[in-house]
Amino acid sequence: MAITLNINGKNETVDAPAGTPLLWVLRDHLKMTGTKFGCGIAQCGACTVHVEDVPTRACIIPHDSLEGSKITTIEGVKGSAADAIRSTWIKNDVPQCGYCQSGQIMAATALLEENSNPSDEDIDAAMSGNICRCATYMSIRRAIKEAAQGL
Amino acid sequence: MFLHDIGVIPGGEKKQVTDSDTPNITNLSRRGFVAGSSLFVVGVALAGCSRYVEPKIDPDSLDIPKAGPSPLTEVKGGNATPALWISIKEDGAIKITCHRSEMGQQVWTSMAQIVADELDADWENVEIVQAVGHERYGDQNTDGSRSVRYNFHRLRVAGAAMKQMLVEAAAIYWKMDPSECEATLGKVSNNQNSDTLSYGNLAKVAAKLQVPEEAKVSLKDPKDWRYINKDIASLTVPKITRGESTYGIDVDIPNMVYAVVSRPPQVFGKTGAVRDAKALAVPGVIRTVKLPDATPPALFKALGGVAVVASDTWAAIQGRNALEIDWIDGPNASYDSEAFGEEMIQTAKQSGTIRRKRGDVSTGLSNASKRVEAEYYTPHLTQSPMEPPVATARWDGDKLECWACVQDPQATRQTLSDLLAIDKENITVNATWLGGAFGRKSKPDFVVEAAIIAKEVGRPVKVTWTREDEVRHGYYHSVSAQRLEAGLDADGKANSYLHRTVFPPIASTFSPGMDIPTDGEMGMGATDVPFNMPNLQVESGNAKGHLRIGWLRSVANIYHAFAVQSFAAELAHAAGRDQKDYLLELIGGARTLDLGSEGATYPNYDASIEEYPIETARLSNVVNIAADIAKWGRSMPEGHGLGIAVHRSFLSYIATVVEVAVSPEGALTIPGVWLAVDAGTVINPRHTQAQMEGGTIYGLSNALFGEITAKNGAVVQDNFPSWRVLRMGEAPRAFNVQIVKANSAPAGVGEPATPPAAPALTNAIFNATGHRIRKLPIIGASGSKLSLPTKQTS
Repeated sequence: MAITLNINGKNETVDAPAGTPLLWVLRDHLKMTGTKFGCGIAQCGACTVHVEDVPTRACIIPHDSLEGSKITTIEGVKGSAADAIRSTWIKNDVPQCGYCQSGQIMAATALLEENSNPSDEDIDAAMSGNICRCATYMSIRRAIKEAAQGL
Repeated sequence: MFLHDIGVIPGGEKKQVTDSDTPNITNLSRRGFVAGSSLFVVGVALAGCSRYVEPKIDPDSLDIPKAGPSPLTEVKGGNATPALWISIKEDGAIKITCHRSEMGQQVWTSMAQIVADELDADWENVEIVQAVGHERYGDQNTDGSRSVRYNFHRLRVAGAAMKQMLVEAAAIYWKMDPSECEATLGKVSNNQNSDTLSYGNLAKVAAKLQVPEEAKVSLKDPKDWRYINKDIASLTVPKITRGESTYGIDVDIPNMVYAVVSRPPQVFGKTGAVRDAKALAVPGVIRTVKLPDATPPALFKALGGVAVVASDTWAAIQGRNALEIDWIDGPNASYDSEAFGEEMIQTAKQSGTIRRKRGDVSTGLSNASKRVEAEYYTPHLTQSPMEPPVATARWDGDKLECWACVQDPQATRQTLSDLLAIDKENITVNATWLGGAFGRKSKPDFVVEAAIIAKEVGRPVKVTWTREDEVRHGYYHSVSAQRLEAGLDADGKANSYLHRTVFPPIASTFSPGMDIPTDGEMGMGATDVPFNMPNLQVESGNAKGHLRIGWLRSVANIYHAFAVQSFAAELAHAAGRDQKDYLLELIGGARTLDLGSEGATYPNYDASIEEYPIETARLSNVVNIAADIAKWGRSMPEGHGLGIAVHRSFLSYIATVVEVAVSPEGALTIPGVWLAVDAGTVINPRHTQAQMEGGTIYGLSNALFGEITAKNGAVVQDNFPSWRVLRMGEAPRAFNVQIVKANSAPAGVGEPATPPAAPALTNAIFNATGHRIRKLPIIGASGSKLSLPTKQTS
């Protein structure tokens, strides 16, 4: 049954089987491939999006539970925290392969929106759900701190 | 957006156009503003000249001598013909072909830095074209940490030759001698009157000119490098931050359907009865496809099983969950990795095949004042790139086109041709960006699956491997068992050293029954041990492969460096000496190793031993630098310890110091890592630092948590966290990298940081706790801390 989702401020009509996770609706139905598949069981964070500004694993949340919710993806995330994160990510060349970085940026943006001066422990708590196999953790930590300073 | 598009060179070397220079164009895309007839007028504004208007060159109006074939087809590294690598568009865009796969090592940027430097291109105009798989590019196998060293020379030659041809084109136009023209940043200037002609304007003329011989191509003096050895910003990162990148999993072809595959749990297990009614009842599922059973040798064949094809990936996964398949046991049904590990330890206790011999080790050991013996065990590992293997295939009659995250598009093409019996000329393989690879994506079995399924379905098919697939059906890093023995004299000096290593070789994946470690694997940390005692012997023991054994970032160096560098610290302890001092003593004085004279066949990573000798002075140098920056010898708080390890691999020399802090309950943290690397000439120091950090943490992750086990021939782990990798909260708190300034030939960067990480960590744990770890992983998938015996006095 077709339903309407609000994604990055736009209404999108999708007709996917009931229970299909948001991840696959974004990727396969709407062709919004910025949100990545990593594990399918909410263990790696590659699929992180914001639902009502809260970091959410798109791989396990049924899309049909999100009618009327504000969904934000890497393609549409904006605001001072997102701008600061993107710009320090670019300035410091944080990503290597980049595959997990949509999720890292969504998680880091949500962290800075909540906490404009995160400690190492805050960063650990907010970012430990996002695996980076290239292990850009050192760069991510440095860039989050630098982004926080610029806020 | 403008800045994002062009990237920014840090360090004040500004390459974007500033607002004051060009107030009217800063918000346009970098290509947009030079389109059409305004090209040369804008060029005026950019150059800041008020009068000179660059004339548009009509190539047909010029008398251009007829050119013969390119004499640059066989320079060192391969074909350096400019047209193979560089295409200059009329609008000034410099399109550089990258034939290696981009997987986060920043090869797009490094290849472009090399070409653009010699070409003297304006970095702002550089764009990358990803090459398809084709022999014309030479080697495209993006592993072995060799993209730079294989291509450094020929890409410099290609860039420099192109620049010379552009200068010659300008000289023809101006009717003057080329020596009176000079190329800088995308323009050739006339030294008589300071007129300029842009590369885009000159390109059509230059393309008609004779390619110069190599002897007539002059390369820049390194002191004049503009991009090489500079922290040039990545060409890929801006897109990544906007979610605009295209990895294998992001490919979208019209009329495409989605598939996942249920594979036999064992390698060479077979598919029996298939009941797919419930799968076909899942909304979105279109059909199932039975794949042919795999038979030895494994090669890069599809593993068999049953594919579920659906209208989206989720439906395919749901359909697969509903499949009922009777699997038939194959020849590996009895494989139990734990029992096999015990067997390998027993093998390591017995004499093996001698692979290198100096002096008389058995007499040396018999006469020693003190003997030290230790056995080490390391488990299977899987690469786990965050993007699992994914491939899309489309047939058009007997023509096949594939898009996939492959490290070697050329081998992929060859594999498809061999296994599907189609002419290579009818196959196109497009390499996408790779969401990590670490060796997994050198094996194109997943592309073969896509091609088989797409043929059967008659539509383009994207095959996605789930994480469970990646963990259960990989090409695994080899399990290993090693035994080391040494004899110390009365002064604690090591006079005898015996190393036996036992592991199923990678060759077992390609030749059934092959159980003898190869020279290449032995030369990754075993036969090339740099220790300087009078009696030394390296032996190998045989072991059969029961999973598909493959290569994983830094390969056999992982287990060899772990054992050898742990043992070096064990010898220091036995001698009552400092780890670092004793390590330097084991390495001994400055010399160049000649492994051949001691019976070793040493491939040296396919590099010439004359160009890339094994120099002990470079090992000692990085040991000293790493120790210095770590402040080795400083007093440590209770429960803290520093550990050191050094290793040469992929022709680079790296020493790593790790600091650990271990609580009385065994909770372990890593306050810092200090690393010194001598990789010869480095193309991009910033990206080298990233590889040092990433490669080290990859090694720490493996050592702390990494373990793949098998029971009844099937891999036990299935996803995170039963296959565990290191996360942010477990990463080091500080990481300091020092890159040795060297003018020697460029060496590897992507892999060599991984091998010394594990032994530096376990040596640190020993210094913190007195507890020696000889079996990995240290903590494992389900653990949260070290299991510590009562602290020994040391």
